[in-house]
Amino acid sequence: MFSRSIIGILAGAAALALSAGGAAAQQKLKIGFIYVGPVGDHGWSYQHDVGRKAIEKAFGDKVETTYVESVPEADSERAIEQLARTGHGLVFTTSFGFMEPTVKVARKYPNVKFEHATGFKRAPNLSTYAAKFHEGRYIIGQIAGKMSKSGTIGYVGAFPIPEVVAGINAYFLGAQSVNPDIKIKVVWANSWYDPAKEADAAKALLDQGVDVIAQHTDSPAPIQAAEARGKFGFGQASDMERFAPKAQLTAIVDNWSDYYVARTKAVLDGTWKSDDTWGGLAANMVVMSPYKNMPDDVKKMAEETEAAIRSGKLNPFKCPVVKQDGAEVECKGSGALSDEQVLGMNFYVKGVDDKLPQ
Amino acid sequence: MTTFEAILLTIVTASTPLLIAAMGELVTERSGVLNLGVEGMMAMGAACSFAAAVTFESTLLGVLAGMVAGTLMAALFALVVLGFAANQVGSGLALTILGLGLAGLIGAPFVGARRDPVPPIDIPVLSELPVIGRLFFEQDLFVYGSIALTVLVAFYLNRTRSGLMLRSIGENHASAHGLGLPVWRVRFLAILFGGACAGLAGTYLALVYTRFWSPGMTAGRGWIALALVVFAAWRPGWALVGAYIFGAATVLQLHAQAAQFGVPSQVLSAVPYLATILALLLLSIRRGRAVGAPGSLGLPFVPDR
Repeated sequence: MFSRSIIGILAGAAALALSAGGAAAQQKLKIGFIYVGPVGDHGWSYQHDVGRKAIEKAFGDKVETTYVESVPEADSERAIEQLARTGHGLVFTTSFGFMEPTVKVARKYPNVKFEHATGFKRAPNLSTYAAKFHEGRYIIGQIAGKMSKSGTIGYVGAFPIPEVVAGINAYFLGAQSVNPDIKIKVVWANSWYDPAKEADAAKALLDQGVDVIAQHTDSPAPIQAAEARGKFGFGQASDMERFAPKAQLTAIVDNWSDYYVARTKAVLDGTWKSDDTWGGLAANMVVMSPYKNMPDDVKKMAEETEAAIRSGKLNPFKCPVVKQDGAEVECKGSGALSDEQVLGMNFYVKGVDDKLPQ
Repeated sequence: MTTFEAILLTIVTASTPLLIAAMGELVTERSGVLNLGVEGMMAMGAACSFAAAVTFESTLLGVLAGMVAGTLMAALFALVVLGFAANQVGSGLALTILGLGLAGLIGAPFVGARRDPVPPIDIPVLSELPVIGRLFFEQDLFVYGSIALTVLVAFYLNRTRSGLMLRSIGENHASAHGLGLPVWRVRFLAILFGGACAGLAGTYLALVYTRFWSPGMTAGRGWIALALVVFAAWRPGWALVGAYIFGAATVLQLHAQAAQFGVPSQVLSAVPYLATILALLLLSIRRGRAVGAPGSLGLPFVPDR
C-alpha cells in the first residue's frame, strides 16, 4: 500500500517532468554567457558579447540570450549554476578560470549543454573551444621586427600562463625571423584588466628603449600609451584603432561569432555533441584587422605570412624550436610542435632575455 | 629625456589620483566619519567626467561633472549615516557597490569613445632645467592642484579655527556637541568634500591617466586611498609621502621587470602592499598604540544619547 503510493507519486512526478520538458522544447532556446570582465572592456569580454549578439541576429525569436559580466573566477560557480537552474539550454563560460566550476555544474545538470573557452576538461555535455592567437602573434612579431628602429620590442603580459607564454614566443619567433638580432622586453601586469597599470607597464617599456609594443592584457591602455609617445603597438582581442589611429599597426581580433552561431544551430537541430575546437586564421576565429601605418613592403610581408599560415604552409612553432638554454624541444607534431605542446607551453624560446616567472 | 626623468614623470601620474582621493577621505575621517565608499565615488567621478567631457567636448565641464558626481554620491551617504545614524561601514560598502554599478550604467553609451590628452602646463624657462625641469614645471593642472590641495588641507586642519572645530568633532562628538559645535553640519560638509575629491581622482583616471572610460577602471585605487589615510596616521603631509611611495613602488616594479632584474614579477607586484604594511607596523611600533585615529571615527552620532 505504502510502496504503491510512492510509485504513484513518482509516476506523477515523472509525467509532470515529461510535460514540462515537452513545453520547454517548444519555447525559445535560452543561452547564457558568463564573462570574466565587463562587456565594455573593449577587449576579451567585449568580443564574446559581439558573438552573443551574432546569435541573436542569426536566430531572432528562436533564441533568448542572457549574460552575466565581471564574474570573479573564484566565485563563478554560483553564477553558472544560476544560469543552468533558470532554464538555459546552452551556457558559454568564457575564461580559463571558469574551468573547474563549469565542470562541476555540468555534472549536476546533464541536460544543459556547456561550452568552456580556453580550457581542456570536457564531458558529454561540456565542450571546449579556443582560438590559435599565436598565429596572429607570429605575424605581428614579424611586423614588429621590421618596424623597430631601436632593435628592442616589448610585450605587456597579464599572467605567466601557457597561453600568454606561447603568445610571447610566437611574437618573438616572428620578429627573429626577419631580424635575427632583435631583443624583447617583457613586463607582467599581473592583471587581465587594470587600465592604469597596463598604461604604466607600457610606459616602463617605452622608457627603456622599446619602440613597438604588443600586449596580452585586455584594455587599450598600452597601445594608447604607445600612441602618446609616437611609437607603435598592436590591438588586442578587438580592433583598437579608434584609441590609437597612428600607433595601431594591426590588431588580432577574436572572432567568436561564427563558432557561437554554429554551436547554437547544432543545439537547435539536436546535433550538438561534446567537442574540442581550436581554430586559427583558417577557421576565421582569429582575424587580422587591416595593416596600417607601415611601409608597403612590410604590409606585403604581413599579408604573405598571413596567407601562408592560413593555408597551413607555415606554422609559427615549426621545428626545431629551441629553448632558452639551447635544448631543442622534442617535436611531437608533424614538422611542428603538437597542439598539446603549444597549449602547455611553459618555457621561453632561445633569445628571449628574461626569466619566466614560475 | 633620460630614463630617470621618464620614471619620475610616470610616478607622478601614478601617485596623483591616490593623493587626491586620500586627501578627501582624510578630511572626512578627521571629522569622525568613515566613508568606505571612495571606490564607488571614484568610479562615478570617472564615468560622469568622461561622459560630460565627450558630450560637451570640454575638459573643464568634465572635471566639474566628475566632482559633482562624487559630491552627490557623498550627499547620499551623508543622508544615510547622519540623517538616519546608520552603520557607516555597511553604508560605505553599499556606496561602493552602488557607485560601481551606476558608473557602468552611465558610462555604457561612452564605451569606445576617446579623448585627446589634457596638455601639460609648460612653465617657460623653468621647465628647461635639467632633471627637475620637466618634473616640477611641466605637469598637468591636476598634479599642481593635488599638491596645493595637500597644503591647503594641512593648513586648514592645523591652523584655522574651523579646522580645530572639525578635529574636535572627530575626536569626541558628544563633548563637541555639548560645547555647542554643529556636529552634523561640519560632518556633512566634510563628507561632501571627501566625495568631491574622490570624484576628482576618478576624473583624473578617465581624462588624464588612460583617456578612455571602461567599467571597473578604478581597479581598487579607492581602497588604496583608504589605506593611505591610515598609513599617514591621518596627517596630510604623510598622505602625500605615502601616495608617492605607493606610486613609486607600483611604477618601479614594472621598470625592474623591463630591466630584467630577475625577480619574479608576482613578488614585485606585491611590493607596494608590503610597503604599506611595513609602514603601518613601523608607525605603530614607534607610538605604541593605534596611531592617531580620531576618537569618534566610525561611530554614529545621536545627540540625545
